[in-house]
Amino acid sequence: MAIEIEKSIVGLSKVANSDTHGEDSPYFAGWKAYDEDPFDEVHNPSGVIQMGLAENQVSFDLVEEYLEKHSEAVDCGSGISSFRENALFQDYHGLFSFRKAMANFMEKIRGGRAKFDPDRVVITAGATAANELLTFILADPGDALLVPTPYYPGFDRDLRWRTGVKIIPIHCDSSNNFQVTPQALESAYEEAKSNKIKVRGILITNPSNPLGATIQRSNLEEILDFAVQKNIHLVSDEIYSGSAFYSSEFVSIAEVLESRKYMDSERVHIVYSLSKDLGLPGFRVGTIYSYNDNVVTTARRMSSFTLISSQTQQLLASMLSDEEFTRNYIKTNRDRLRKRYEKIIDGLRGSGVECLKGNAGLFCWMNLSHLLEKSTRECELELWNSILGEVKLNISPGSSCHCSEPGWFRVCFANMSEQTLEVALTRLHNFMQKRTKKVINSSFFSFLL
Amino acid sequence: MTRNRNSEPNPNNDDNDTLKTPPRDSAGTSGMRLVVPLQGVVQGRGGLILGSLIPCALFYFLQFYSKRHRSTKPPSSSSSSNPPSPSTSSQNLPDLQRSSSRLNLSTRGSNGRVFLSSRASFVNAPNDSPYYIGMDRFRADPYNELDNPDGIIDLGIAENRLSLDLIEKWISSNLNGSMLGRGGDGLNINGILTYQPFDGLAELKLAMAGFMSLVMGEKVSFDPSRMVLTSGATPAIEVLCFCLADHGNALLVPTPYYPGFDRDIRWRTGIDLIPVHCRSSDAFVVNITALDQAFSQARKRGQKVRGILISNPSNPVGNILSKGMLLSLLDFAREKNIHVISDEIFSGSNYGGEEFVSMAEILDEEDPVRDRVHIIYGLSKDLSVPGFRLGVLYSFNENVVAASKKLTRFCSASAPTQSLLVAMLLDAGFIKDYMRTNRGRLRKVFDLFVAGLKQFGIECMNSSAGLYCWVNMSRLISPYNEKGELELWEKLLDVAKINVTPGSACHCIEPGWFRCCFSTLAEKDIPVVMERIRKVVERS
Repeated sequence: MAIEIEKSIVGLSKVANSDTHGEDSPYFAGWKAYDEDPFDEVHNPSGVIQMGLAENQVSFDLVEEYLEKHSEAVDCGSGISSFRENALFQDYHGLFSFRKAMANFMEKIRGGRAKFDPDRVVITAGATAANELLTFILADPGDALLVPTPYYPGFDRDLRWRTGVKIIPIHCDSSNNFQVTPQALESAYEEAKSNKIKVRGILITNPSNPLGATIQRSNLEEILDFAVQKNIHLVSDEIYSGSAFYSSEFVSIAEVLESRKYMDSERVHIVYSLSKDLGLPGFRVGTIYSYNDNVVTTARRMSSFTLISSQTQQLLASMLSDEEFTRNYIKTNRDRLRKRYEKIIDGLRGSGVECLKGNAGLFCWMNLSHLLEKSTRECELELWNSILGEVKLNISPGSSCHCSEPGWFRVCFANMSEQTLEVALTRLHNFMQKRTKKVINSSFFSFLL
Repeated sequence: MTRNRNSEPNPNNDDNDTLKTPPRDSAGTSGMRLVVPLQGVVQGRGGLILGSLIPCALFYFLQFYSKRHRSTKPPSSSSSSNPPSPSTSSQNLPDLQRSSSRLNLSTRGSNGRVFLSSRASFVNAPNDSPYYIGMDRFRADPYNELDNPDGIIDLGIAENRLSLDLIEKWISSNLNGSMLGRGGDGLNINGILTYQPFDGLAELKLAMAGFMSLVMGEKVSFDPSRMVLTSGATPAIEVLCFCLADHGNALLVPTPYYPGFDRDIRWRTGIDLIPVHCRSSDAFVVNITALDQAFSQARKRGQKVRGILISNPSNPVGNILSKGMLLSLLDFAREKNIHVISDEIFSGSNYGGEEFVSMAEILDEEDPVRDRVHIIYGLSKDLSVPGFRLGVLYSFNENVVAASKKLTRFCSASAPTQSLLVAMLLDAGFIKDYMRTNRGRLRKVFDLFVAGLKQFGIECMNSSAGLYCWVNMSRLISPYNEKGELELWEKLLDVAKINVTPGSACHCIEPGWFRCCFSTLAEKDIPVVMERIRKVVERS
């Protein structure tokens, strides 16, 4: 490495040299371990099982089936004129048919309880781009966004790296199931103020990553009230909205706004993507839905840096306007995710491990704090390392999500087959047995002494 | 000037925003800054009191006045459950006619109170560049042989429509779901739907390396490990600039240059573009003395220059830089310790038979100057598929490649499109045939266009690449300055009803030059265009 630095005499920017990309954190070290020794049922049954990637593979077959049945939608549409328009189309408004289909899909996911206007849909190449774009628009460098902890580790990079904006955590803990309280909001706001940092908005993820739980309506109202009171923005990342196990249990900020007849809506923006609910992260499809006209216009213009290929837009326009497909997909996906969740919760419970009560998402929030010698980040990382090294499971330690309570871990369950999940649960079971024996033995011996 | 004075700056859009100044977070602050100085005007103790009272009175009056007029009435949807629409006339327009969203900001009152960043204000500012205004005008009244024969003919967008039929034919004979990777080359559906490396599929990098080599004359090979793929050349160049320079730093850019750079590079990075003027006497090729002067002047101002940005083949002039020139640029970069960005997006569109030499070709394997060289490429021009969103950042600097890779998470190409392109680019027979036919067609239309203009005594620059002509209409303008040039531009738009790009939009120092894109025209359109130009030429 040193030799290369010597040879490279011409300087790069601060952005290029910064480590805000976060690839040196434990979150990514686990990925490296997986890359080097990936589990495979047949070829590498003792490899590392990836439980750190929130990817939805449980409903692949439905998408595959659709694509196979509708190959003409896949092949850039039919007819010469359609292809021609497709190939040339680089309008950052995006295809109207795609935006309409997206708006409809978002409505369906919310059980029709909120309406979405296609003209407020701004397209981006993924939710990562959407979150960064919004940050560029809502805050100046040096300003801050308030984000409840624990939060998706990628935010550190997506919201801060190129934008120069800061994140101030809103501390949440298990005493109330990690819900955001007005006190915690106020406290975070004051912290910013005392450091002379301007707060420009709150970013919530609903359903929450990594908690795997939806935010209650009353809580959403409190958060919105706080945003109104401080005259700041509210970004609701609803990327897991279609992964709530029961449609009725998910309340979108859109519904709250509607019940308020859209008063104060100009500060609210929703981020969505097809990467989780539809299991299509490779397509790179994200959207910003904003109730603020200025933000819509600005986001559109900026989206020229992150457009979706017209082919993909056209394909998805067909898929998402297919009533039968979307209705069936949404329902089946919810059921399958719920079953997976129940399976992993039962399995963990059987091993003496409890999780936060969850009702959404592709992961559960597991509590191993009782295994920590001391309630510290170091002990948590030590435990994490043992789980990675001995049990060969890559899970995400709460500290990588900025959780203030050590001992919690995010465990993904939707990116693998059921059989693999069973293997993982067995391994964890054995690990827990050994650990419990160890604890019993050590307390026995300390009793003897 | 024109009807749409406040039309906004992006080529892709028709938002006719009537923009207010960006909202401030405290309505009073701007007021206070005005009235406090009044205190000094009235002298003495009485003056002190008056000087305090009057500003305060004014201040409160202003507050009261603006509060009353900042209507916070809820949006019109109070009776229905529909979210407030950005009042738009776009809903009835067919899909691909770029919609005109007239966002009526002042009446809705839903934007005035909450903060937006200074970057947002910058992006939202009404741009009065003719480059964008012309596009808006075209979109409002587009020429169609049958439906709108008096509409505006667009010569403003550098889009190649001459060879789309070849692409379309390939797709219809080769696809059948191969976009989903059933082509048996190791890609499968699973491989397309799931998370992919953000910087592009390995197979596509390989195919692209081969394609670039072929397009640039098969004299140089490209290494896929130096390549980063993005959703278009626009993000590629932005990502590269984010890696090479900090906010407030600058790049030297020979003029005339592509108007889009002003947005693509300056909007979010905060990097400045310093124009280095080139002259027709030099065929608009940059000279090192001018670069040197610009560099020194920047240094005197305390501004750090981090690199030179060239487009080769040049946009808008259409000339190709000689090997000697490329070497001189490298020497300059070495001497000043800066980077060289070479935007080679038109390299395959060299219809003039002149050999194109890429920066990659002249670099020595052992020379550390390689660390300074970065190439931008994409499929929007040479392969006529801007809608597919595929751009390339190619760098000889490992650290730049590493950093850019991480940044591509914000601008990745879509996997199914990548899969389709792999198949297409690997079809060497098709690509060779396409490039040859395409060049031939470009040449033909170029010749017809140039000949057409010649009959009016209008000369074009001797260009050999690109999708446009660099046209000298200086003897038609009066006065001989930017104002005269813009008047001609407007006449061409209003009377001749053709949209062209005036040189001033490209920062050209010599008035009277215009970029006219000919690749959007079918052969039969050329006489129509010439007839229309005649109207203006004969009037002047």
